[in-house]
Amino acid sequence: MALPQVKQDATEARLAATDRPAKGAAWAETARDAALSRVRSMGLPHRRDEYWKFTTPDSLVQPDAPAAAVHVSDETNTFDEVERLHIVFVDGVFDASASDELALEGVNIERLADAVSTDIHWAKDVYGVLELRGQDPVARPLAALNTALASDGVVIHVTGKASKPINLVYHHTSDTSDAILHHVIKLDQGADLTVLENGPAAARFNKVMEVDVADGATFHHVRTQGRDHERRAVTHLFARLGEESTFKSFTLTANGALTRNECVVELTGDNAAAHVAGACVGDGDFLHDDTVFITHDAVNCESRQVFKKVLRNGARGVFQGKILVKPGAQKTDGYQISQSLLLDGDSEFDAKPELEIYADDVACSHGSTTGAIDEDGLFYLRARGVPEDIATNLMTLAFLAEAVEEIEDESLRNIIVSRLEGWLDRRLG
Amino acid sequence: MAALDDTQVKDGVDQETVDAVREMAGPYKHGWNTDIEMDYAPKGLTEDIVKLISDKNEEPQWMTDWRLQAYERWLQKKEPDWAMLDYPEVDFQEQYYYARPKSMAEKPKSLDDVDPKILETYKKLGIPLKEQMVLAGVEGADEAPAEGRKVAVDAVFDSVSVGTTFQKELESAGVIFCSISEAIQKHPELVKKYLGSVVPVSDNFYATLNSAVFSDGSFVYVPPGVRCPMELSTYFRINAENTGQFERTLIIADKGSYVSYLEGCTAPQRDESQLHAAVVEIVVEEDAEVKYSTVQNWFPGNEDGTGGIYNFVTKRADCRGDRAKVMWTQVETGSAVTWKYPSCILRGDDSQGEFYSIAITNNYQQADTGTKMVHLGKNTRSRIVSKGISAGQAQNTYRGLVSMHPKATNSRNYTQCDSLLIGDKCGAHTVPYIEVKNNSSRVEHEATTSKVDDDQMFYCRQRGMDEEEAVALVVNGFCKDVLQALPMEFAMEAQQLVAISLEGSVG
Repeated sequence: MALPQVKQDATEARLAATDRPAKGAAWAETARDAALSRVRSMGLPHRRDEYWKFTTPDSLVQPDAPAAAVHVSDETNTFDEVERLHIVFVDGVFDASASDELALEGVNIERLADAVSTDIHWAKDVYGVLELRGQDPVARPLAALNTALASDGVVIHVTGKASKPINLVYHHTSDTSDAILHHVIKLDQGADLTVLENGPAAARFNKVMEVDVADGATFHHVRTQGRDHERRAVTHLFARLGEESTFKSFTLTANGALTRNECVVELTGDNAAAHVAGACVGDGDFLHDDTVFITHDAVNCESRQVFKKVLRNGARGVFQGKILVKPGAQKTDGYQISQSLLLDGDSEFDAKPELEIYADDVACSHGSTTGAIDEDGLFYLRARGVPEDIATNLMTLAFLAEAVEEIEDESLRNIIVSRLEGWLDRRLG
Repeated sequence: MAALDDTQVKDGVDQETVDAVREMAGPYKHGWNTDIEMDYAPKGLTEDIVKLISDKNEEPQWMTDWRLQAYERWLQKKEPDWAMLDYPEVDFQEQYYYARPKSMAEKPKSLDDVDPKILETYKKLGIPLKEQMVLAGVEGADEAPAEGRKVAVDAVFDSVSVGTTFQKELESAGVIFCSISEAIQKHPELVKKYLGSVVPVSDNFYATLNSAVFSDGSFVYVPPGVRCPMELSTYFRINAENTGQFERTLIIADKGSYVSYLEGCTAPQRDESQLHAAVVEIVVEEDAEVKYSTVQNWFPGNEDGTGGIYNFVTKRADCRGDRAKVMWTQVETGSAVTWKYPSCILRGDDSQGEFYSIAITNNYQQADTGTKMVHLGKNTRSRIVSKGISAGQAQNTYRGLVSMHPKATNSRNYTQCDSLLIGDKCGAHTVPYIEVKNNSSRVEHEATTSKVDDDQMFYCRQRGMDEEEAVALVVNGFCKDVLQALPMEFAMEAQQLVAISLEGSVG
């Protein structure tokens, strides 16, 4: 079916605004060409699209990034105290001088630009491949746009257990920066890697991360999305899981004018586990959208989605989560919870928690609740002499705890909790 | 269903009901058709057909204009494709939009004048003789002494309402219960005021189509403060081939009134799929309460998925006044394709909406059904309990919306939708939309999907039940919350239907 003219025009205008990256190897050019024609045939998202029912995509689609002032803060980087290898991007461009040397035991790290100009490279089997798999049954044109136009990012090959986490740090320095980053991660059989991400990245940020997790491998992902009030971001995390592999991702988001985090996980090997969690605090002109799609295509797999949002001063939260159990994916254990706490009457929460199930021997459940802070709990604390604002913070932290607890590593979990406490306290000022 | 033969009839339960229920054992029972000479309008849909339908019903000009306007709008509309339904394209020009038994052209004077075939039809469907007389349109039948239970019935045979029972008795209570064509003649002011006020002419593709071509249906008006003295019931039957049925129901419960309304439907077994696109509008004024119960048992198609009714229905209740209350209960066992979302607009403060649903799909049936609860008034309450059961190769989807508007403060919603899968070739899906725009309201949604519990099956089997009986028992238990919301007599019928619909789904 031909695209409506308005969509076609918006798509062409966006494509014209960004130069195609420098020519790479034949396989990379083929992948980019294919992604480009995907974008053209799907068209970039429009506010009438069902998948964008709750989040208006206009500012993510328009040719130039809407300006976003750089947030000045005395905060340190989230993961500074962690022993890690850190890789810095400034407004979406790799900064070699600020980064550690790209060398880590058990891991091979390259810049995307280097990988795509190598004629024979393993990334051929992942770059744009997982993104393409994630396009069905729901189109994700902004991810295809990323595959077609990204010129920077990292390509990571994990062959064993990484000796320390890799930390991708995104700095935002220009009010009008428009960043596109594409990371490719491949974990060999039994490999183990933790990726940490933090920072606001740019005025507008489009990021894709493709993670191929082989049999028995383990991938942990913890990220914080910075406090720049005006920034906008759309991120896609595509993962394919082999037999007995583990994938765990957690995201903490505070502020930002618009954040859309899509997570697309495919469980293709038996006995695999995927956990996706998110905690978000929004205050004011803020929209946070978690869109998750988990496909069970193997036997005896487990998936968990835990999303918590605290909203106030007109902030908006969106959750679109789906568990798809394909025919034959018996013994599936699927769990999904999305909850939001509305601290005042202006805030809004929209949810669409979906189940689509084609196998009978499964246990799938989802729950979603929305409401104000529990008056009884608040009264209990107040009766014990806790001032109202501190009591509210305590209750807020307790509410977010279920999502934060999804982080397996205790020290990382503590970092997230203290960051969260800091943010809540700061507001009390 | 041997167990049923030994059932002790409890006090207050009509023997007739028990017999009727007993009759229902076995596969689709209503698949026969009656060979009656029919008056058809030419196939297809044009402006002339719309005029012809209006003309046949001897409608006033304003009604004809209303239909024509709907037809114009329909031409510009596209068939919705968002539901999880997969069926061959419907050719709207290959349908008959009007069919009426020839013998109904003039009202028969006595039972002897009635086409015996129509009488036979109702007898087969288990409608009592007295009601048969009335339904057959025998003049004066209404005065004949009634036997047994009192449920006023409006029966719709293909395109026309063939009769309404107990009209006189209802009239003395002030209740108007008649076919909508009669209401257009006799109560134009009410019809003008309310028709299309809940489901606007161009609400959606099928509702617009219905607005243009609806040929008959039921009309209920309950005046202020009146508790309707008996349950009202409509019986729909599609008989003719390639005929769509487009009935329109309009229920108005004025201030402080109460009415309980039952709807049942069947159709003959045919290889070609047939279209059914109904609209039900309910207006609930201050302090009024309406209960609407449906047992939908249209022909579901055969085991190979051939034939069956395509059921595209728009049902909506508007709680206009404060403390208005509406309750939808539905048991959906029939139809090859179901597209149906009975909704509640909770406009009045403290108004309440409830939705209880059992949707059973077997063989190649597909159902995409659910509800919308739109909270606009303060302190409004809604509750959704949906039970979906999928067997064979069937697909069953719950699709719902709960929306809390900024002004709907202190409102509550609780939603529970459970799915049960029997067999590994079927599917069960849940697509809820939740939109909350104020923080004093609470919205809770829960959903589970599972299969028939092995332990429960083992327990039943150990006590000598065969597998099919055991599944029926477990499923009935699974549906209990909804079955309990049905009026007593309907509940019995529904329980049987649950068992029948799942026949052949195990083993």
